[in-house]
Amino acid sequence: MHHISPARRVFLVANAAFLSLLAVLCFLPLVHVLAVSFSESAAVAAGQVTFWPVDFTLKSYDFIISRPEFMRSFVITLERVLLGTAINMLLTIMIAYPLSKDVRTFRMRTFYVWIFVFTILFAGGLVPWYMTIKYTGLLDSVWALVIPGAVPVFNVILLLNFFRGLPKELEESCFIDGAGHLRTLWTIYVPLSLPGLATVGLFTIVGHWNAWFDGLILMNKPEHYPLSSYLQTIIINFDFSHVKQEDLYKLASISTRTSKAAQIIVGALPILLAYPFLQKYFVKGIVLGSVKE
Amino acid sequence: MKTAKWMRELPLHLLLLPGLVLVLVYSYVPMLGVVIAFQKFTIFSGWFGSPWIGLDNFRFVLDMPNTGQVIWNTLFIACMKIIAGLFVPIVIALLLNEVTRSFIKRGVQTLIYLPHFLSWVILGGILIDLLSPSEGIVNAMLGKLGIEPIFFLADNRWFPAVLILSDVWKEFGFSTIVYLAAITSVNPTLYEAAVMDGAGRWKQTRHITLPGMMPIIVLMVTLSLGNVLNAGFDQVFNLANPLVYESGDILDTMIYRIAFNDAQYGVATAVGLFKSVVSFLLISVSYWLAYRLANYRIF
Repeated sequence: MHHISPARRVFLVANAAFLSLLAVLCFLPLVHVLAVSFSESAAVAAGQVTFWPVDFTLKSYDFIISRPEFMRSFVITLERVLLGTAINMLLTIMIAYPLSKDVRTFRMRTFYVWIFVFTILFAGGLVPWYMTIKYTGLLDSVWALVIPGAVPVFNVILLLNFFRGLPKELEESCFIDGAGHLRTLWTIYVPLSLPGLATVGLFTIVGHWNAWFDGLILMNKPEHYPLSSYLQTIIINFDFSHVKQEDLYKLASISTRTSKAAQIIVGALPILLAYPFLQKYFVKGIVLGSVKE
Repeated sequence: MKTAKWMRELPLHLLLLPGLVLVLVYSYVPMLGVVIAFQKFTIFSGWFGSPWIGLDNFRFVLDMPNTGQVIWNTLFIACMKIIAGLFVPIVIALLLNEVTRSFIKRGVQTLIYLPHFLSWVILGGILIDLLSPSEGIVNAMLGKLGIEPIFFLADNRWFPAVLILSDVWKEFGFSTIVYLAAITSVNPTLYEAAVMDGAGRWKQTRHITLPGMMPIIVLMVTLSLGNVLNAGFDQVFNLANPLVYESGDILDTMIYRIAFNDAQYGVATAVGLFKSVVSFLLISVSYWLAYRLANYRIF
């Protein structure tokens, strides 16, 4: 076992080199944009910037942070993430607990499960969804971004499978001690499911941070866009129609390319910062959700 | 006795109530709202006041010159993504499993998982910058090799390839997790027995690891069947422009344009209903197959 053949050694080195190269290649585009965002616009225009900033400057960041639209959309995103995550998590727990019971303890369980699962299988489509939100009067408020997606069915399924994996005896002893369902849920199920909840929670936060499409169509005014929707209009559609004259003047001195790069980085920053924590949890969560008996 | 049981279940019903109401309003009402597909719908007349026009919206869609092309694009892009999205992660998982140094293994995983967590707005912005013909770094590098600049995002020959490759970039690392988990769950005594029988690494991979991964591979193949009409709205919406509609326009982007650019809500809903019904059948079949072939149940 301790002897490694020369061919095997060559393979091991080549394999490690190939995978490392691939991994770096995945990451390089981000490094390039980071370098562009910190570079002087003249150097960027001359094509001197590859993976390291040339003539380091924070001008682009200064510019985007000084723009009121940017800060406003940032605040809306914070609101959305806080509200949305709280509502999503609360509902996930409240729905997953009854559905994790078997049919003998909860006779209507299967019926309820199908009501929720059917929404994964069939959807009304874009226009009826939009009309429903319009008719319920949510358009143009932060609630439009939070309420229609308040029940994350996939997360419910993930958590209910987690709940089912907990030992039955704990629950029984809790009932014998006289606790009701609510108490059992909050004192036994929730604390014991923290790894599962952390996974679901982090995915929810990332989802709300990244969501851009609903903001784009459910908000009538660009002033109400969350950050991702705002960035979509600026970075992708290049829509500077609501940029003021003096800002355009300022923009000329930093170039749209460096300012776009800076906005891409800011849009990705919270995820890059949260990533180490995310990574610790999600592998377990994913495996739990996708591979089971 | 009967009432006592009902009373004991009451809190469970109450816990479900808020979620149930929200799902009924925001998932089931839109399902009923598909009646728009059979109406000459205007916002002012609403669901109840708009006149019925039978299948006219569907006929209108069928008569549009680009409908066939859009369906073809959707199928082609989705299928290529499904194939690449199965093949690449399996190969990478097998190669990663051979890496003996754990810091390389962990480092590689950390970097390849990352793009999954960035949105297509961010990745689209990055791609637009990288692939620009005049200032993008990709074309600058091609230029050093003496290759003329290629306008990747406005050239119908290149655009589908960009979609498929960038989708692999975003998702292959994340999908690798599932296959790596499958590999680690293979019984180690099988390898010991194989070594006794004189099997090398390649034989072990072919006769133990791959068969061991088979249930998961079958599961992922069947589950991906439900996505044949989902070519990726977020990605296409953020990368496409009118120059590449011929090769890159998909059902979802078409629905969006018909609805929000042309305000033809009935027509957009008709296309959406077609997509929903076909997807429903595909997902149902794929879940049923996954249950039969891989004993997979979602709940």
